[in-house]
Amino acid sequence: MPPSAPAILEMRGITKRFPGVIALDNVNLTVRAGEIHAICGENGAGKSTLMKVLSGVYPHGTYEGDIVYNGETVEFSGIKQSEAAGIVIIHQELALIPELSIMENIFLGNEPRRRGGRGAIDWRAAHQTAVELLARVGLTDDPDTKIKSIGVGKQQLVEIAKALNKNVKLLILDEPTAALNESDSRHLLDLLRGLRSRGITSIMISHKLNEIEAIADSITIIRDGHTIETLDVAAGGVDEDRIIRGMVGRTLENRFPAHDGSSIGEVFFEVRDWTVRHPLDPERLVAKSSSFTVRRGEVVGFAGLMGAGRTELAMSIFGQSYGTKIAGKVFLDGQEITINNVEDAIQHGIAYVSEDRKALGLNLLDDIKTSIVSAKLSKISTKRTGSINAYKEHAVADEYRKSLRIKTPTVDEGVSKLSGGNQQKVVLAKWMFTDPRLLILDEPTRGIDVGAKTEIYQIIRRLAESGAGVILISSELPELLGVADRIYTIFEGRITDELPASVADPETLMKSMTSNRRKEVVS
Amino acid sequence: MTNTNAPAQRSGGLRDLSKMFGGSTSGLRQFGILGALVLIIVIFQILTGGKTLDPGNVINIVRANAYVLILAIGMVMVIVAGHIDLSVGSVAAFSNIVTVMLLKSVDSAWQVSDDGGAVTKGILMSLLAIGIAVAIGALVGAWHGFWVAYVGVPAFIVTLAGMLIFRGANQFVGRSTPQTVPDYLGYIGGGYIPDFPPYFPFSNGTVILGLIAAAAVIWNELRMRRRQREMGAVMAPGWVSAVKVVLLVLVIALATYLFATGRPGTSFPIPGIILVLLVLAYSFITNNTVTGRHIYAVGGNWHAAELSGVNIKRTNFFVMMNMSVLASLAGIVFVSRSLATGPGDGTGWELDAIAAVFIGGAAVSGGIGTVIGSIIGGLVIAVLNNGLQLMSVSSDQVQIIKGLVLLVAVALDVLSKRTGGRSLLARFRRPGGDFAALDRPDVPPAENSAEASSRPKSTVPNP
Repeated sequence: MPPSAPAILEMRGITKRFPGVIALDNVNLTVRAGEIHAICGENGAGKSTLMKVLSGVYPHGTYEGDIVYNGETVEFSGIKQSEAAGIVIIHQELALIPELSIMENIFLGNEPRRRGGRGAIDWRAAHQTAVELLARVGLTDDPDTKIKSIGVGKQQLVEIAKALNKNVKLLILDEPTAALNESDSRHLLDLLRGLRSRGITSIMISHKLNEIEAIADSITIIRDGHTIETLDVAAGGVDEDRIIRGMVGRTLENRFPAHDGSSIGEVFFEVRDWTVRHPLDPERLVAKSSSFTVRRGEVVGFAGLMGAGRTELAMSIFGQSYGTKIAGKVFLDGQEITINNVEDAIQHGIAYVSEDRKALGLNLLDDIKTSIVSAKLSKISTKRTGSINAYKEHAVADEYRKSLRIKTPTVDEGVSKLSGGNQQKVVLAKWMFTDPRLLILDEPTRGIDVGAKTEIYQIIRRLAESGAGVILISSELPELLGVADRIYTIFEGRITDELPASVADPETLMKSMTSNRRKEVVS
Repeated sequence: MTNTNAPAQRSGGLRDLSKMFGGSTSGLRQFGILGALVLIIVIFQILTGGKTLDPGNVINIVRANAYVLILAIGMVMVIVAGHIDLSVGSVAAFSNIVTVMLLKSVDSAWQVSDDGGAVTKGILMSLLAIGIAVAIGALVGAWHGFWVAYVGVPAFIVTLAGMLIFRGANQFVGRSTPQTVPDYLGYIGGGYIPDFPPYFPFSNGTVILGLIAAAAVIWNELRMRRRQREMGAVMAPGWVSAVKVVLLVLVIALATYLFATGRPGTSFPIPGIILVLLVLAYSFITNNTVTGRHIYAVGGNWHAAELSGVNIKRTNFFVMMNMSVLASLAGIVFVSRSLATGPGDGTGWELDAIAAVFIGGAAVSGGIGTVIGSIIGGLVIAVLNNGLQLMSVSSDQVQIIKGLVLLVAVALDVLSKRTGGRSLLARFRRPGGDFAALDRPDVPPAENSAEASSRPKSTVPNP
């Protein structure tokens, strides 16, 4: 794509105000035809708002500035109009209906109909088109398969097929790979390259800087509602550090806090021959005689692709909140313990921060202080009547607000008002409040921005230095290598390798995450 | 992510006043419902030429509606936990018939000769009746709780079945014939606070009750401020406390005046006392105890609650069981006023209670709702009913109006949530509105809610 390609889209001086807040302040964005244009910025910087302005979610008149698309000034009053013009947005939370088939989802709201578009749905034509569209995105599944029975990676592809059916010219993807594992992500990025070669322009919002670096032709960086700069990748000199500098306005010298292993003590937590079966299909083993240990003051990484059984292993240990016919032994301080429910787990000092903070980690109706104390109310209530001391609650929550730097005026705000990174800090505070001896973190930095990630790494290290054991489950290998002391790899429910982080590198880890051969333990 | 300084705290203003009613968002909503109740009272006071706030009428409203308000207390907890209970009318009817029949068999075995003995017997038998009703309610509630919590059948289905089962059981046990209720029970549902010598032209018992209530309000406010000072919390300005106390005392004074100056022999009704005690107890449970937190947690996000160590089954069992206990209590209050029980007792009660809860600001999807709000919601319906009757509006039209009020109340609630609390006026100025507030990670810049939060959510005194 030549740098001189004409602009397909120009957004000029976009300003969007919400009561009391200016979300976008004179933002400019120029996207050339046929390129992949990445938009980077911390959470809350205004990326999604900008895309909502573009796609008509915020109709013309609710913002200031001009949108020039294909050389014409456009004034969309809704998403229907922008789609008619060929602008399709795919949101982070996919808009698919689980109980409907792939085909029904592709044509939802856009059904091919008989008798010149006024009769009943023409399912035969739909089926034929669906097969073609699926082939274009590289899916071979039967169009009659229900959405709920395909993985999230394939669902993302169905969304793109749906966009293609709308004759998309400008495709907007909001965090398309946030929920995907590495191989699905790679497939998706390849697909975007394929679309580019066929003349479809893409705008991609992502926090995964390595992906952006690999795929984007140009990058626009937004910070605090302002356009900071637009980088031309083809011109060279753009790497992750360069992007980060633009996003945070400073260089993150040490994305990962230094650690030398001096805080590590003896083994205090051990799991032996842990076997878990799928709750609906007891024939299926999701964890196969897994054994591992955690030392005091140690951060133990669990590397594995999505679906490898990492979450299932963690949740089954955390009070049997996943799986059936769980077998195996858990030792705490050398004593065998039984954990029948989450209450037991918390009593034993085990905490689990779930990978899905909105669905499993928080009650979004709660305010911050209620969320922080919710896993150990006994600490702030009387034994006899169970009445809660509201003053203590507030004081405790405020302590965490300060120590974890939760960005909020007061702890009385609803958690739903916080950005992803700050919500995650609330979840961390909630589990730190239970005084955990073992803290299991499942993808603790998913979907949160670079600055907040670094802060969370620091919190993890601080916890370890104070003597707690931490299990860090993550799909991001740099994160595991940067934060963990020791790493286990998991493949198809089995622990395939164990090695110190200091000797591990992404290639060896990836090998053990994708194959079944257990090497000799290096230790 | 570097700036962690909270915006400067601004103090004073209307915000502080609205915080009187709880401080949180739900507090603000209750504020709105309370405003609607006052408005309705004022409108009917004008339309009926002063009959609405006539002492006799006010006493009558409390006596006639106490049972619905008792049901609303249990119903809001059920709805907050994410369930519904359609069986409360049938459960009340079943509990009534069994209680009355058991009571009668005891009654005929217990003969008294003198008047003093009759009074003792009346009191003991009334307590026995309440005890039996509570026990039956607990059994029936355990039945519902078992199916909802431990088997996992949706409460809608369990209580729909319960509605049929216990209506049938009522007619089976009572052979579908009305039964009279012993007179002495009449005190529970129809009695008044007794007066004592020296007698005045007003009810001295009610006045003393009013004084106690006023003293409790003042004491509670002082105690709260002292506690805040001890804990080093940010305090609301003194004038806010003063205005709050003065307003509450004025309301108490007005109520005392109305209840104390009714027809001779009437005063604050006993069902009102029962109701006030229950409201205080359950407000405390829902706002200030671990059990209450668990109910909101389960209703708000049961996955997250489960992973936080909340025993979901026990919580669900408790709310369902509690509802049936309160339904039985409501039943006893009702029959002891009408002094008869029969196969038609409690018909349609569930709908009145559910309507009260939703008018009171609870969310259909669970997690949101308060006891106080539901009581205010119930009072809105009660005053509406009463006012329309005073104006001789026929019952068909009353039903239509009540239905519309329910619809509009919940619709306003839905709309206010959608626009993030933008006022109705602002919405009219810009029709179509923008829905930005839905997903905006807004941190209102000049909020001074620290002082409100350092205050417990309830307006009920801590024990």
